[in-house]
Amino acid sequence: MVVDELNERATDHVFHALADATRRDILSRCADGEPSVSRLADAYPMSFAAVQKHVAVLERAGLVIKRRRGREQLVRTDPEALRRARQVLDRLETTWRERVNRMSDLLAEENAPEDHETTKGTDQ
Amino acid sequence: MSVTSVDKDFEQLTLTLIADFDAPAEQVWRLWEDPRKIERWWGPPTYPATFERHDFKQGGETAYYMTGPEGDKHYGWWKVTAIDPPRSVEITEGFADDEGRPIPEMPASIMRMRLSDHDGGTRMELRSTFDSREQMDQLVEMGMEEGLAGAVGQMDALLTA
Repeated sequence: MVVDELNERATDHVFHALADATRRDILSRCADGEPSVSRLADAYPMSFAAVQKHVAVLERAGLVIKRRRGREQLVRTDPEALRRARQVLDRLETTWRERVNRMSDLLAEENAPEDHETTKGTDQ
Repeated sequence: MSVTSVDKDFEQLTLTLIADFDAPAEQVWRLWEDPRKIERWWGPPTYPATFERHDFKQGGETAYYMTGPEGDKHYGWWKVTAIDPPRSVEITEGFADDEGRPIPEMPASIMRMRLSDHDGGTRMELRSTFDSREQMDQLVEMGMEEGLAGAVGQMDALLTA
C-alpha cells in the first residue's frame, strides 16, 4: 500500500501527459507507425516547437521513445508504458470494488435486526 | 449487492462504476456525509482512514489520513465542488502534506457520485477522472520535467520490483 500510494502518485504523471487531446492524438499516430517530429508537426495547426514540446512531454512520461535517423527524429509509442497506464485504471477499479463491498457490508450491518448488532461493539 | 458494471475509458482517463445497494438513497448518502462512516469504507482494513475534517457542503473541505501498519501516515484532501443532497456530489481530491494542506504540484482527480432509486434500492454511479490538463501545463511551465522523469523512473522501479 505504501508502494501502491507512491506508485499511484508516479503514474498520475502519465495520466497528466495523456490528459491533452493533441498529445493523445500524437500518441495514436505513433502507435500506427514511427513518424518523424516534422511529419507530426505538419498534422497540427501549431508550430514545430509546440509539437516538439508535446512530444517531449510524452517522452518524459515514458509513453514514447524518440530515436534519430539522419536528420530526422522518429517517434514511436512505448507499449509497455501504455500497458502500465491501463494498470492504473485497473487498480482504481479494484480500489473502488473493495470500497463498494465495504459500503455494502456497512449498510447490511446497519439494517440488520438489533439482536445481531450486539456483537458489533461500539457502533451504537 | 454490490458492483454491477464497470467501464474504463482509457482515452478520457475515466473509471465509471455502478453499484446497487439494498438501502434507501438517504442511507447511502450518509456513508459519504458522516466522517465516522466514511472511515469504515474509504481505506482498506490494513490502512484505515481517519477523517479529521469533513465539511460536506458546497466548497467544503475534507482532510484525512490513512495509517499504515508501521504507523506511517498518508494524507489526502477533498474539496466539494458541487453537491445536491442526497443525490449527487462532485469532489476534487488529491494528496496533502502532513498538516493536511493540499500539495499543489501533486495531481488531483475528480470523483462524481450520483444516487438514484433503483429496483427498491439505490443505484450509485461513481465516476473517477484524472483531469489534469491545466496542472500538466502548469508543471511544464514550472520546469518540473525533471520531477516527472524522476517520478516515472520511480514508477518503473516499483512496477518491476
